[in-house]
Amino acid sequence: MTRVSRRGWLLPSYYWALLALLYLPILVLLVFAFNDGTILAFPLRGFTLRWFTELFATEALMRSLRNSVVVAAGSSLVATTLATCGAIAVMRFEFRGKGLFLSVALLPLYVPFVVLGVALLLFLSTVGLPRSLWTIAAAHTVVGFPYALLILVARLVGFDRHLEEAAMNLGATYWQTLRRVVLPLIAPAIFAGWLTAFTVSFDEFAVANMVVGREPTLPVYLYSQLRMTARLPRVIAMATLIMAITLAIFFTLLWLHRLMARPPAATSPVRP
Amino acid sequence: MTPAVELRGLGKRFADQVAVDEVSLAIAPGEFFSLLGASGCGKTTTLRMIAGFESPSAGQVLLAGDDITARPAHLRPVGMVFQHYALFPHLSVFENIGFALRLRRTPNAEVARRVGQALDMVRLPGLEHRRPGQLSGGQQQRVALARALVSRPAVVLLDEPLGALDLKLRKAMQIELKTLQREVGITFVYVTHDQEEALTMSDRIAVMDHGKVVQMADPRTIYERPASRFVADFIGVSNFLPGRLRTAGGDVQIELSGGQLVRGGAVQDLPDGREVTVAVRPERMRLIATGSAGSAGPGWNEVAGVVRNVVYTGSDTQYFVELGTGGTVMVRVPNDAAAEQRIGAAAADRVRVVWEPSASAVLKD
Amino acid sequence: MPAESRRRLTALLAPPALWLGAFLVAPLLLLSAYSFRAGVGGALFRDWVPTLEQYRILLGTPAFLRLLALSVGIALLVAVLATLFAYPVAYYLVFRVRERAGVYIVLLLIPFWISYLLRVMAWKVVLGEGGAVNSLLLSAGLIHEPISALFYSRLAVVVTLVYVWTPFVALPIIATLYRIDRALLEAAASLGATPWQRFWRVTAPLSLPGVLAGAVMVFIPTVGEYVTPSLVGGSSGSMYGNIIFDFFGRSANWPLGAALAVVMLALTLGLVGATSRLTRLERFIG
Repeated sequence: MTRVSRRGWLLPSYYWALLALLYLPILVLLVFAFNDGTILAFPLRGFTLRWFTELFATEALMRSLRNSVVVAAGSSLVATTLATCGAIAVMRFEFRGKGLFLSVALLPLYVPFVVLGVALLLFLSTVGLPRSLWTIAAAHTVVGFPYALLILVARLVGFDRHLEEAAMNLGATYWQTLRRVVLPLIAPAIFAGWLTAFTVSFDEFAVANMVVGREPTLPVYLYSQLRMTARLPRVIAMATLIMAITLAIFFTLLWLHRLMARPPAATSPVRP
Repeated sequence: MTPAVELRGLGKRFADQVAVDEVSLAIAPGEFFSLLGASGCGKTTTLRMIAGFESPSAGQVLLAGDDITARPAHLRPVGMVFQHYALFPHLSVFENIGFALRLRRTPNAEVARRVGQALDMVRLPGLEHRRPGQLSGGQQQRVALARALVSRPAVVLLDEPLGALDLKLRKAMQIELKTLQREVGITFVYVTHDQEEALTMSDRIAVMDHGKVVQMADPRTIYERPASRFVADFIGVSNFLPGRLRTAGGDVQIELSGGQLVRGGAVQDLPDGREVTVAVRPERMRLIATGSAGSAGPGWNEVAGVVRNVVYTGSDTQYFVELGTGGTVMVRVPNDAAAEQRIGAAAADRVRVVWEPSASAVLKD
Repeated sequence: MPAESRRRLTALLAPPALWLGAFLVAPLLLLSAYSFRAGVGGALFRDWVPTLEQYRILLGTPAFLRLLALSVGIALLVAVLATLFAYPVAYYLVFRVRERAGVYIVLLLIPFWISYLLRVMAWKVVLGEGGAVNSLLLSAGLIHEPISALFYSRLAVVVTLVYVWTPFVALPIIATLYRIDRALLEAAASLGATPWQRFWRVTAPLSLPGVLAGAVMVFIPTVGEYVTPSLVGGSSGSMYGNIIFDFFGRSANWPLGAALAVVMLALTLGLVGATSRLTRLERFIG
């Protein structure tokens, strides 16, 4: 069956047009990050790097960045650890509450953030905990958990159960087996899960905004600055930097995915 | 002498299905013992219960007289070789083999020595630093064996270890494994579905079907004196002739349909008139063309028939003969010059099928 | 299960179960319980008499119901539009680009990976009164006044959300289209179906479960949105999520806010439950 070449141009054009539209605002932001003017409007004024230098000097901005990094790192660490435990439990054991556990575990993906936020607010109020970076971190562990869990479960699906049996046959206790055989082999997935949870937390605004205390995370800070036109170019410069870092993380994850997708140098073929 | 491995009334049930049904057996030290059967017969489950990966629903597992039924897998002094080897992909060959020693915090020099010994034993020196992924199937298999042997267990369990190898390599490995086992003197408990493999390597075989052991004996007995139709059919090829037992007159004979009487080999104690099956191996039957000079030996069974099909298979020729008593048998005749001259039978020829009574087994099913 | 197995399972399952119980289940249960509270004043749970008062208020205030309907409507529109825009892309990648689609998908996903807030902000910059589009058009002399309809309006909310979600919803559609057996299309062709007929009668119906799943994935977060409306919606673009946010913020009325939140939660969970059954059924039939 031959394809008429005339038909061929419609779909590709659509794709590239859509792509252009998708990148348009991002490119616009990029342009204004280097634009020598405080108002985000045309005509352009000239190239400058001063917004980048100024942003590093803006203490509040830098502090919020540091807060975000700390909260993201901490929450993703907790989320990934919990997800690893949960994934092994779900994939290696049969128990009656498994369906319930999985439903709850994936709930954050289905609950609107505003609902999650107010629920946590209420919870903190009841328990008497003041809002702070800690509360944001706690919220983010819940938000990031499903992502890490899904990644780890996917990795464990193809994991040969006989490897664990071989280790135990050779004298390793269950925990030794986990430490010496399972964890080293799922390490890339653990890292990918951590990175994903980190990115989710770093960018998260909706929930953080509701449980934030005195110290803001970066998205919360950015949001508060959106009304102040003079500060805007600095914010845009920060946005550009974040974009670059996010891209770096994205490609790292991609590279990791390719690494994991390659059949591992295992003697055991993939078994269900 | 205390058996190396003893199973007493061992059983396992999964939900509504019985995988292993009251298996009792004793394996002597230094024996090469095989569990043979089709998929799902329970042989692997039995092996896994000895290893400790499944907990029995009933019965006991004893190792050198000790009841280890309740002992967790990692505390059982048995080695195991898995079907797909289960080598740790993130560790080198050296670390794979030395894994058990490392767990016990054996000093480095000792580990190096024992790993080297193990590699020599399986004839794979020099591959210490490779990763499993860099080895061929045969090499991986040997590393898996070395790993199981390095702690010098009294018993090694093997779960169809040669299944993933191609035919020629498998044949070679069968001989190597047998030789190794003899040299080292370790008890092997070997699971396989390949009856030829079991016959080649084992000192004794337990044939399993639907969770039960249906016959346990040395290879020759299993082959020549199958205890049931299932065993006769599973091991090698067999001809089956249905008939009735006739014990009247002090002489035990089997009446085939049509009235013809034949004598069987060892006959079990069964009443007169009982329905039985006579099982004869194709290579134990001979053909004599009607009207030819050849004759059967004294006391041999003789049944007349017509050749329906002749199949040449290189080393032998198979004659499919329709008997006067009904049914078809396959007679296997080796293709040596003398035989050719003797028979020369072709399709539609009338022949007599003859065999020694001791060559047939009388089965009650 | 033998005792040692049970011990291992507990050791592994307890940490995540307890953590989720404390920080996810408990808060949601609290929220539900709180919605049955009579009024604002007083300590949180002292003298608590369960009552349907808040729900009565909710159902009795047309403004709330209208806003809920509006939010559902906007979410539906966004889901449908995003899916419609994403479908040709998915089709193109699966049926035309095929093996090389990896790079194309990556290109599509990069914008999605860049911060949501930033992309909304970017649209604000682009569409705003003093924003890029308007200033560009003004300075080019194409218009004499900034087009304010683009900004601080329901339209702006819809456009922004469609923009945010389109690359994302392409993924499940790609997955579903990929799974369609080419032999079916070849069989249809051998029976005389034209390309268009093959699409309408084979590809499209078979891709429906994936499309539905994708649309649901967009609908759910969108129906509870409050960030985008607050940034680009202005007063007319406010959504249901905004009033919940307000009741827990400035216009403190936690019980009412809780009731509103519970209604939204029930809606989204109900939707997930209903569609998961639907998509599972599809798999058995088609």
